[in-house]
Amino acid sequence: MSGARKSKDRTATIMLWLVMALTCGMLALILAFLVSKGWSVLSWEFLTKKPRSMMTAGGISTPIVGTLQLVLVSMGFAFPVGVFTAVYLVEYARDDWFTRALRLAVRSLAGVPSVVFGLFGLSFFVIFMGFDPSLLSAGLTLGCLALPVIVGASESALLAVPRDYRDASYALGATQWQTIRKVVLPAAFPSIITGAILSVGRVAGETAPIIFTGAAFFAPRFAKSIFDQVMALPYHVLILATAGTNIEKTRPIQYGTVLVLLFFVLGMTMTGVLWRARLRIRQRAQR
Amino acid sequence: MEKDKFSVRDLDLYYGSNHALKKINLQIPERAVTALIGPSGCGKSSFLRCLNRMNDFIPGCSVSGKVELDGSDIYDANTDLINLRRRVGMVFQRPNPFPMSIFDNVAYGPRLHGDRDRNTLRDIVEESLRVSALWGEVRDILHTPALALSGGQQQRLCIARAVAVQPEVLLMDEPTSALDPMATARIEELVRELRTRYTVVIVTHNMQQAARISDTTDFFLSGEMVESGPTQQMFTSPRDKRTEDYITGRFG
Ligand SMILES: Nc1ncnc2c1ncn2[C@@H]1O[C@H](COP(=O)(O)OP(=O)(O)O)[C@@H](O)[C@H]1O
Ligand SMILES: [Mg+2]
Repeated sequence: MSGARKSKDRTATIMLWLVMALTCGMLALILAFLVSKGWSVLSWEFLTKKPRSMMTAGGISTPIVGTLQLVLVSMGFAFPVGVFTAVYLVEYARDDWFTRALRLAVRSLAGVPSVVFGLFGLSFFVIFMGFDPSLLSAGLTLGCLALPVIVGASESALLAVPRDYRDASYALGATQWQTIRKVVLPAAFPSIITGAILSVGRVAGETAPIIFTGAAFFAPRFAKSIFDQVMALPYHVLILATAGTNIEKTRPIQYGTVLVLLFFVLGMTMTGVLWRARLRIRQRAQR
Repeated sequence: MEKDKFSVRDLDLYYGSNHALKKINLQIPERAVTALIGPSGCGKSSFLRCLNRMNDFIPGCSVSGKVELDGSDIYDANTDLINLRRRVGMVFQRPNPFPMSIFDNVAYGPRLHGDRDRNTLRDIVEESLRVSALWGEVRDILHTPALALSGGQQQRLCIARAVAVQPEVLLMDEPTSALDPMATARIEELVRELRTRYTVVIVTHNMQQAARISDTTDFFLSGEMVESGPTQQMFTSPRDKRTEDYITGRFG
């Protein structure tokens, strides 16, 4: 390598390092800031008690449970619909204009701002379907948000299943559906799950889609039915930050809530990423 | 040799405009090993895939002519493909066990076709693994992943998996090309034993292998079937000049 190229190469390496250090530094800074503000309120009580006294005291068990319920409803909808959409696209659809339009629609959905999903949920689930603002409406709206992620992950997982497996199955007299159900889906399942876990992380942290569709400003108890409204962690943070009447008292609760949410979302993302890494290693070992 | 299992008449196969098989006429004797030889690209695999209609999955592939199995044309419009593939099993070039346990691999076919009873399945699995000479090596690890087996074992597992649905014919497309000499020898030995129960059609580009294991040999060259006859005769006194050139290694 010539001297000029070598020095350019070194400059590029250094630049990349700097950018990476900056990114990591920012993440560390955010974490440090939140921990310093919110760590003190974290306790078993905080996680298991309901908010009291106009949300200036007590814990955050209602928004925690609410967020978990929202995640469950959204995945209960988005997981099967997403996986079967991908199965249709990869295994059944012919390469015609309809398929291409469907694929494009799913891709574009991934880029739509989340507040648009919120408005869609309001007009479709809440008003048109008549579900009112509820766990169901908000969960389905979040499900729509997760759909493109799950479809995308499932599509690439299905495409990665070797042709050999399908051939072997058909050669034994299997039908297409038998082949998909017994060989293709099980082989693709770990990567599909990874996609789903990553989308849970996204869903749990969203505020805009649930504000008009079922998130409660305050709910005295856990939702007993899918037609009840629920409190949710991200919305709880928003409320404490903007509508608090007693800032001195709500600030620590607000940061504590952010920390809990962050741990949950980061935990999900890390699980997904680590799982995916493990899968890659195992798949490579099998080749 | 008594009866013909397959009788192929005027078979033409196109991949789009590529005329890959040209007016093939040949008989495949029952309960014998038939070897398909010829240089690579001459259409051996394409021909083999006609016998269980695996070509149906290849876009742009069209077939005309007749392929009769026990007297009825498998390209007939009302052929039951599931039943056809059950009768005509296939072993592929690269060992391709499913990413599941050894047991589940072998039980896959019987389960597809409705066998649910645990004891029946266990018997089928054992019997099939015995037939493919793998039982002794795997009897204690039936529930471990099939992908942990060696290449040669995987290929014998694929044979067991094919055998488990009680086919009449076994198609093998260069089943030893991905294996080492020891594993190859075991498969060859196995193929010789299989002929007592099954009609075996095996593609190979290894002439010695064809000579060792087959009863009948068909020589293909650029999409045509040049010569067909008893293996012994084919290798000692070929009738066609091109066959002679090929088996004496002058080309291919
Ligand atoms: N899936 C396919 N699509 C298109 N052409 C193919 C396909 N498989 C084989 N061919 C063509 O058909 C001819 C015969 O191939 P093949 O049957 O694989 O030969 P062999 O098994 O004797 O090596 C070749 O010219 C090859 O390019
Ligand atoms: Mg071939």
